[in-house]
Amino acid sequence: MQIPIVRHQLANGLRVVLSEDHTTPIVAVNLWYHVGSANERAGRTGFAHLFEHMLFQGSEHVGANEHFELVQRAGGTLNGSTWLDRTNYYETVPSNQLELALWLEADRMGNLLPAMTQEKLDTQREVVQNERRWSMDNQPYGTWWERLPQLTFPETHPFHHSLIGSMQDLDAASLEDIAGFFATYYVPDNAVLSIAGDFDADAAMAMVTRHFAEIARGAARPPLATMSLPPTFGGPLREVVEDDVMLPRVFMAFRAPVFGSEAYYAASVCSAILGLKKGSRLQKALVREQQVAAEASAFTYDLAKGADLVVADVTARPGISLDALEAAVNAQLDDLVHGGVTDAEVTRAVMLIETELVAALQSAGERADRLSMFTTYFDDPTLVNEQGARYRAVSAAQVNEFIVVHLAPDNRATLAYIPREGTIADLSVPDDDLAMAGAP
Amino acid sequence: MTPQMLPRPLAAAPRAYNFPRFSRQTLSNGLRVIVCPVHKLPLVTVLAVVDAGAVYEAAGAEGVAALTARLLPEGTSTLDGATLADRFERVGARVETNADWDVAGVSLTTLREQLDEALPLVRDLLVDPVFPEREVERLKAERIAELMQQEAEPRGLADEEFAAAVYVEGARYSRPDGGTRESVECITRDDVVAFHAARYRPAATTLIFVGDVTEAVARELSESLFALWAGAAVADSRGNPNTVQEGSLVRIVAKADAAQSEVRVGHAGVSRTAPDYFDAMVMNAILGGLFSSRINLNLREAHGYTYGAYSTFEWRRAPGPFVVSTAVKSEVTADAVREIVGEIVRMRETAVSESELTLATDYLDGVFPIRYETTAAIASALAMLVVHGLPDSFYDEYRANVRAVTAAHVLRAARTHLHPDRLRIVVVGDANAIGDLDAAIASDGGVRPITDEGSTP
Repeated sequence: MQIPIVRHQLANGLRVVLSEDHTTPIVAVNLWYHVGSANERAGRTGFAHLFEHMLFQGSEHVGANEHFELVQRAGGTLNGSTWLDRTNYYETVPSNQLELALWLEADRMGNLLPAMTQEKLDTQREVVQNERRWSMDNQPYGTWWERLPQLTFPETHPFHHSLIGSMQDLDAASLEDIAGFFATYYVPDNAVLSIAGDFDADAAMAMVTRHFAEIARGAARPPLATMSLPPTFGGPLREVVEDDVMLPRVFMAFRAPVFGSEAYYAASVCSAILGLKKGSRLQKALVREQQVAAEASAFTYDLAKGADLVVADVTARPGISLDALEAAVNAQLDDLVHGGVTDAEVTRAVMLIETELVAALQSAGERADRLSMFTTYFDDPTLVNEQGARYRAVSAAQVNEFIVVHLAPDNRATLAYIPREGTIADLSVPDDDLAMAGAP
Repeated sequence: MTPQMLPRPLAAAPRAYNFPRFSRQTLSNGLRVIVCPVHKLPLVTVLAVVDAGAVYEAAGAEGVAALTARLLPEGTSTLDGATLADRFERVGARVETNADWDVAGVSLTTLREQLDEALPLVRDLLVDPVFPEREVERLKAERIAELMQQEAEPRGLADEEFAAAVYVEGARYSRPDGGTRESVECITRDDVVAFHAARYRPAATTLIFVGDVTEAVARELSESLFALWAGAAVADSRGNPNTVQEGSLVRIVAKADAAQSEVRVGHAGVSRTAPDYFDAMVMNAILGGLFSSRINLNLREAHGYTYGAYSTFEWRRAPGPFVVSTAVKSEVTADAVREIVGEIVRMRETAVSESELTLATDYLDGVFPIRYETTAAIASALAMLVVHGLPDSFYDEYRANVRAVTAAHVLRAARTHLHPDRLRIVVVGDANAIGDLDAAIASDGGVRPITDEGSTP
């Protein structure tokens, strides 16, 4: 499956990627800024994400709350998100409203600061602190996505610290920080603009030029601290957290080759063999056969710098202890290290991934987001069209090469959650069921 | 530095959009087939909708509908569950089975060239499941694990407590659609077999094809695979799932040291087939359905109490809840509840402004084509027609119906469907930190709730 892709660059450095599809009169606009939590300075964890919230607070020609309102009035959907090394902003609108979406993005790229006030910053700080409470602090296991990078990246590494940020650091963020971050990172030469859907390429480029060409290029950006890492952890890592949870759950992470590299595709296939759907190793063995886990899955972080992570996420069945659960997971990993995977397992994984790829590309917003991603990370949007082939080229031998190095005991980081003393209510599982635990 | 800015651009002329065309057919055994060709990508979704939701469960067997649906792929008379999973997955087919309040659904999404391989397996699990004892027990245990997790999770707990606060004990809607730990424990294999035998009938099933498939191919596949599925139509065994409790109430579910309060405010809502559905939907969009709604702008953007606050009507065949949901910092719980109640009261007092009305109607009209980008989304939309008996012209008329809603209609819908005197308020949070809820509410709008004692789960 191939989608059409045309690429341009404005004199100010803004890269523009266009992909036409006239089946439905809608169009997606997607902007990636190559900045994320990794770019935060010490004492300002959470700032990149707080800044993302501020981009919805208006700009010189757009009032407070007007950004959302104008897009919704136009019949569009919109949002933004912050990740370790990028921040994206996107809207899908009826195709006759393309220029409005571009104008809104241009106004906040070119003219944000006049709209920034202390009051807006204070309110969004509160909103973000509530987002932290909602998504992490008040959620069972919610802290995992803060703890796992802390466990698996060294303290000096830009991916180590919290993306959502600490309450104290959020409190410390100031309007000066906003101005500095904006001037440094929110510049056309640090961004990719993708447009996918129902538009005329010439007309769209004329609009892009009209609204973005005047925005000045940025100055040199401070380089990230050293990103590169050894290929493995070099020894097991482990953290056990007592939490308000009912069941033990273990996140087992493995350092892996960066997203987009040759070896990444083997790692990604390995992750699918481990935990994608019922035929995967963990679901088949731990959920179906041994019945020690209630749920099991695996995924990749898709980090394009330093090192990626493959993560297995397994929740115990009622009555199964953390020790038993961990032993069962480790036994599956050891099996893979010693026995490797079969061709059939690779085929299953690749077929499932391919269906997901095609299904995802139905959405204009997904197309635009992936075009921005491949351009931001690799300066090559056409990689969108090569993903199927890259996966189909993966052999069992390549997956086994990955496994021997990266699933070995010295590259396992275990983040485990156990019920806090007194949390567990009486379990209705008879004791003799416990004998099954750790069977392998 | 600041570049010269051009004025805000006006919209160009819109291009026409039609909801994809579809056709209907009924096989001789009563099975209905809907075919909706969409030749955009080489992908097909087939969704089987069966009249086998939670409302058909017997008292004490709550959860049997969901359990039955989940057990469908766990073994047929010819293939065991592991083999079945393997057969689907090796061709990259994605299969999901579940039940909600009204119906069970089996959905298959696959690349076009794998449809011939995958669809016969869907037929097998729908028509010929054997429910092995071992798998029944396993899925029960997994379901219980899920329910335990839900109890530890403030959001799930708040939803559950809210339903129990709105409907009388014993009404099906007062308990989670997937059942409770106690009810799931009690379900036996015989219950599952009986539920399947009673509800999974050709005449109670609609097969919806969407995507890169022709009408001829879809019809031929349906005929060849499903024509021999026998079974008479089933009687409607539904009780009354939605008997409501009278009066208002405040319930605090104590969770010591909770980092936030999960708040639910609402009451029984309205059926999906209510004649003023569009008025009620637009009214809700303005009140709390959109990001730029009154409730979200008030709680999030004006006060910073929360990451988000939303209101919704849960559209079911019988009237599901109307509920405002949010999670707020503990210290402002009483303030947030007061603001929510105030917005509900205000909605009934005066007509919304032209600007508020058009924000909602322009959005709902404009976003329409964006909702149907995927085969799965189109299949779900067609399933709504089936579940609620809506006319085939529903989606063709949708945008005109949205546009026809006026401020007077919105006011009428608010006065008909919002009831500040019957609010059921549930807070899951730190009882010591949330402030005086009664005082907060009584000072605004004259609501005088009956408080029952806080319960600890």
